[in-house]
Amino acid sequence: MIAASALGKRYSEGLEALKDVSFEIGDGEMVFITGHSGAGKSTLFKLIAAIERPSSGSIVVNGQNLAALSRGAVPYLRRNFGLIFQDQKLLFDRNVLDNVLLPLSIVGQTGKDAIRRARAALDKVGLLARERATPVALSGGEQQRLAIARAVVNRPAVLLADEPTANLDSGSAADILEIFRAFHQVGVTVIISTHDPQWMARLSPRILCLEKGQIKGQMRGTARDRADGGGAR
Amino acid sequence: MNAWLAQHLAALRDALRRLAASPLNSALSLLVIGIALTLPTAGWVVIENLHEATRSASGIQQISVFMAADAGKRDIGEVESRLRGAKIGTWRFVSRDEALKRMQSLEGMTEVVASLPRNPLPDAFVVEPADARPESLEVLAQTFSGWPKVAHVQLDSAWVKRFDALLRIGKRVVALLALLFAGALVAVTFNTIRLQILAQAAEIEVSKLIGATDAFIRRPFQYYGALQGALGGLLAAVLVAAGGYFLAAPVAELAALYGGNFALRGLSPGDTAVLTAAGAALGWLGAQISVSIHLHQIG
Repeated sequence: MIAASALGKRYSEGLEALKDVSFEIGDGEMVFITGHSGAGKSTLFKLIAAIERPSSGSIVVNGQNLAALSRGAVPYLRRNFGLIFQDQKLLFDRNVLDNVLLPLSIVGQTGKDAIRRARAALDKVGLLARERATPVALSGGEQQRLAIARAVVNRPAVLLADEPTANLDSGSAADILEIFRAFHQVGVTVIISTHDPQWMARLSPRILCLEKGQIKGQMRGTARDRADGGGAR
Repeated sequence: MNAWLAQHLAALRDALRRLAASPLNSALSLLVIGIALTLPTAGWVVIENLHEATRSASGIQQISVFMAADAGKRDIGEVESRLRGAKIGTWRFVSRDEALKRMQSLEGMTEVVASLPRNPLPDAFVVEPADARPESLEVLAQTFSGWPKVAHVQLDSAWVKRFDALLRIGKRVVALLALLFAGALVAVTFNTIRLQILAQAAEIEVSKLIGATDAFIRRPFQYYGALQGALGGLLAAVLVAAGGYFLAAPVAELAALYGGNFALRGLSPGDTAVLTAAGAALGWLGAQISVSIHLHQIG
């Protein structure tokens, strides 16, 4: 469960990226955070993942108030998340398999069991055949799938993706969103920030609309292939 | 295998991989560290050998206890018994007759001794204390002079003090050198690790973002620094041993000219282990400082 209350973020140069943002995201939900560029989506992504600290208000993840979280506790909190970045943040000097092995080594998983889990994650995103390739040899869509494999290999409870379909062609973007839907269907909470509205109808997620750092509305996308979608809240 | 051990083994493997990945850079760094550790170590070895040489040279740290002219066998026995009871080192009795014979044997003294109406030399004890520190020798000399029928106690304390002061200066110089070169070793490791961190900034950033603790980030660098320092320590031990081998023959020749059979003492296996451990600890420290500063900077 993720709950934000009167959340605000002001940067040192005076820019107020978020103000008075409140919401709750329950376990197993799929939520899209939408808005134009500069609306505050990436800032919210960073606050949920404790990459940045709020300037005001609170954000609570699994009962932990991130504003009061000690520096030493942050890495352990982040292990609850599978983070997918807009620029993927892949290691280009390592092959596909080694990129996916990194989160496992962080939690102390090495050896054959770790390799087995990494291959399973690669299989889920359709990259098993390319485990020896380097990321530079992958297409944009494949790189994003690799980022997802790395994010899910530790079986996180929450997948948090910042603009995962940006810079992808529509075919690759559809593939990526299908992968997210598959994880959501097995109970993973999926939070995706995007400025591209075309995928919402397809997945019927709950939608948080950000505008100039504030939530301007919450609604549910139109269901096309899911029966549980509702209208605007 | 538990996670803690697995992470340490992975960090060690990573450090070895990095050492092997750039052999020329690694070899140059090792050489710098090895030389930095060689200089104070060689100084220490020289001081230890000088100390040993003076210990083994006769007469330098001896106390001569001269009995009174009227001291009888009972008085000599009393001093013998006190020396035996004090357990202060080795000692031997030199009777007045034996002393006269030795004097006679000296070149040019035969006639002088023959012209004497009677033996003027006293009975004496020559004591070589186990604790050869000047202050201990002086305490002993004072104790001996208070014993019955002891007429004079001779200790060349001024010479001992002068030499001890020189050795102490030497030790301080070596300590200063050690401190300076330890700083150099830390700086070399700091810089090596800083360059590695810059080369791996992306990996560090990603690792932190996906849940790596600072300890996880630091560990491979700490192992790298410690490995580099330990290998530098071993190299220093090899260089000192080579220097000792190079100097052994002329030193033995010099000792023979002084009628001794002194042989240079090098580093023992224990000394080598301490040197290696010190190198490892300093390397670890340099790495620790370097990574901590970087982690602090990236917040």
